[in-house]
Amino acid sequence: MRHIVSVLLENEAGALSRVAGLFSARGYNIESLTVAPTEDPTLSRMTIVTTGSDEVIEQITKQLNKLIDVVKLIDLSDGDHIERELMLVKVRAVGKDREEMKRMADIFRGRIIDVTDKDYTIELTGTGSKLDAFLKAIDRAAILETVRTGASGIGRGDRVLRV
Amino acid sequence: MELTGAEIVVRCLQEEGVEHVFGYPGGAVLFIYDELFKQNRVKHILVRHEQGAVHAADGYARSTGKVGVSLVTSGPGVTNAVTGIATAYMDSIPLVIITGQVPTHAIGLDAFQECDTVGITRPCVKHNFLVKDVKGIAVTIKKAFYIASTGRPGPVVVDIPKDVTTAKAEFRYPETATLRSYNPVTKGHGGQIRKAIQTLIQAKRPMIYTGGGVILGDASEELAHLTRALGFPCTNTLMGLGGYPATDRQFLGMLGMHGTYEANMAMQHCDVLLAIGARFDDRVIGNPDHFYNAQRTIIHVDIDPSSISKRVKVDIPIVGNVREVLRELIKQLEASREKPDAEALKDWWAQISEWRSRDCLKYDRASALIKPQYVIEKLYEVTRGDAFVTSDVGQHQMWAAQFYKFEKPRRWINSGGLGTMGFGLPAAMGVQLAHPKATVACVTGEASVQMCIQELSTCKQYRLPIKVVNLNNKYMGMVRQWQEFFHGNRYAESYMDALPDFVKLAESYGHAGMKIEKREDVEPALKEAFSRKKDLVFMDFITDQTENVFPMVPGGKGLSEMILV
Repeated sequence: MRHIVSVLLENEAGALSRVAGLFSARGYNIESLTVAPTEDPTLSRMTIVTTGSDEVIEQITKQLNKLIDVVKLIDLSDGDHIERELMLVKVRAVGKDREEMKRMADIFRGRIIDVTDKDYTIELTGTGSKLDAFLKAIDRAAILETVRTGASGIGRGDRVLRV
Repeated sequence: MELTGAEIVVRCLQEEGVEHVFGYPGGAVLFIYDELFKQNRVKHILVRHEQGAVHAADGYARSTGKVGVSLVTSGPGVTNAVTGIATAYMDSIPLVIITGQVPTHAIGLDAFQECDTVGITRPCVKHNFLVKDVKGIAVTIKKAFYIASTGRPGPVVVDIPKDVTTAKAEFRYPETATLRSYNPVTKGHGGQIRKAIQTLIQAKRPMIYTGGGVILGDASEELAHLTRALGFPCTNTLMGLGGYPATDRQFLGMLGMHGTYEANMAMQHCDVLLAIGARFDDRVIGNPDHFYNAQRTIIHVDIDPSSISKRVKVDIPIVGNVREVLRELIKQLEASREKPDAEALKDWWAQISEWRSRDCLKYDRASALIKPQYVIEKLYEVTRGDAFVTSDVGQHQMWAAQFYKFEKPRRWINSGGLGTMGFGLPAAMGVQLAHPKATVACVTGEASVQMCIQELSTCKQYRLPIKVVNLNNKYMGMVRQWQEFFHGNRYAESYMDALPDFVKLAESYGHAGMKIEKREDVEPALKEAFSRKKDLVFMDFITDQTENVFPMVPGGKGLSEMILV
């Protein structure tokens, strides 16, 4: 099953490699991993999307907690949460495709953030499946380049992860 | 007053009460060595290879419970140390390894003797640090000792670039280390402990299974107390030997791949299993699916939550320091009005006696050849069971574990997790330095001992009177055994050809050597060797080449599927 784990860790050199190394050394899956400093510059927050049986996920959270740099973590999938991912897509936009691309971006509540006479760059935010749906909906041949951030997640309501 | 980084390093070691540092100098650590030279509180032991330095620190730590310290230079100094670090990591041994690094401005430029120490050691340390600022040295070393010795212990590497050892800062050694991200649990959960006591009292076929955690947690007295109060059988893992007195009637011997028939059968057929400081690894329970074939309730006490339900699903987990949890279990058992079911226990012990009567460790005592088991039995007698015994890895290790009856903890020093050949001799150096008056034996084989043989020179320099018991069958014995059992007797590369004359070799290092080829010479040789209190004696026992270790649970099989003699 898919899980989304949020981790607060010391914002120190090498902390990311400890987490990445743990996943590869123990053979756990990483679907995506994002990390950036928080409002407290001594802490980074990482969101890891992973898959595995309940036993594997239990081991993943225990092994993560064992890392000295990890301050706190929660499995967001244990309760209500919101997750978002950002995607930038560069698409060919010439002739009649130009209007069609604009319309598709609007339908998906994307924004065109860069324009040339031949292409658009569209910014799109949402769940991973929404981003997938957008890519499916447009003409595959029109896609020049995509870049995705991987999911970031946060608990709903008073579910808060902080030190 | 401001001190240099190198002075600060040495002051920190003094503040920690470090007696011995095992190391090898080199370019990146020259300033630290210079400071070591100028003082005499911390004694440096010069090894002949960095692997030996870390194993020696490891032996020191295992036999004392203190943190072992090692100092090596950058690049090859570190890569040579890695085997030692990984060995300590797998067995949860508290070490602090200080490594030199190229100057900060040269890091990443492929400088001479540069390697990414933090990167290379990351998967085999509890934690590691790169100190880039001289102001950080003291607090980092304090943290290193704290992390290494608390919770589930382990090795910690502190990497210090050369320019940081010459930079200056005020020195103040912190009294305590605090890390917001690291607060090991010590007390077990009260509710879980109550549940455990009820389960234990109701057990019909109980079993106590303990590992290295009891040794590391200094909990053997509590273990003996609880085991006797309950009247239950007890087994130890390879790492746990000495945790429960081996000559006690309630002790079933070691369990696992080469464990006793009675221990493995009781483990498989018990209805309640109390696991303490052990981790159900592949060499202990074999195939977990086979283990699941029998129903049992498992109580698991461990300081590391990630050890619980890792290979085997546990019913009653108790996270905490094993000694504190055992004390609580004893307290609650004594307060309980209910007592263990004496009738059921009688039947269970009758069953165990039947298993015991298989005499699974029997061997051909009439053989004219020297049987390795016989050597260990005689070693046990001659040393009156009171030696520190280190070992290397292979058949000799298993025979030592099976035939030397360890009564006390921290007497049996071996590489259980990583299985590092070459561990025994340097580990014995650390043990002997920590216990100068004690009898220290290194049980080894002609293959293993050659992996760190150069340390005989260190033994000479520091006059370490270790007794090397070399079980020489001219084979990598355990490899040969597997090839005989599972590879159609094709002994691929397991024969040790062109062996040195170990007597002359020992003599060339300035030690005494003995070659023992007849059964009747075994005991007199041991007696003579152990009477030479000041000398290292290398005893080369020429043993039966075809002897195998029994019982054996073949890889991937279950505990009750042993091959017996």
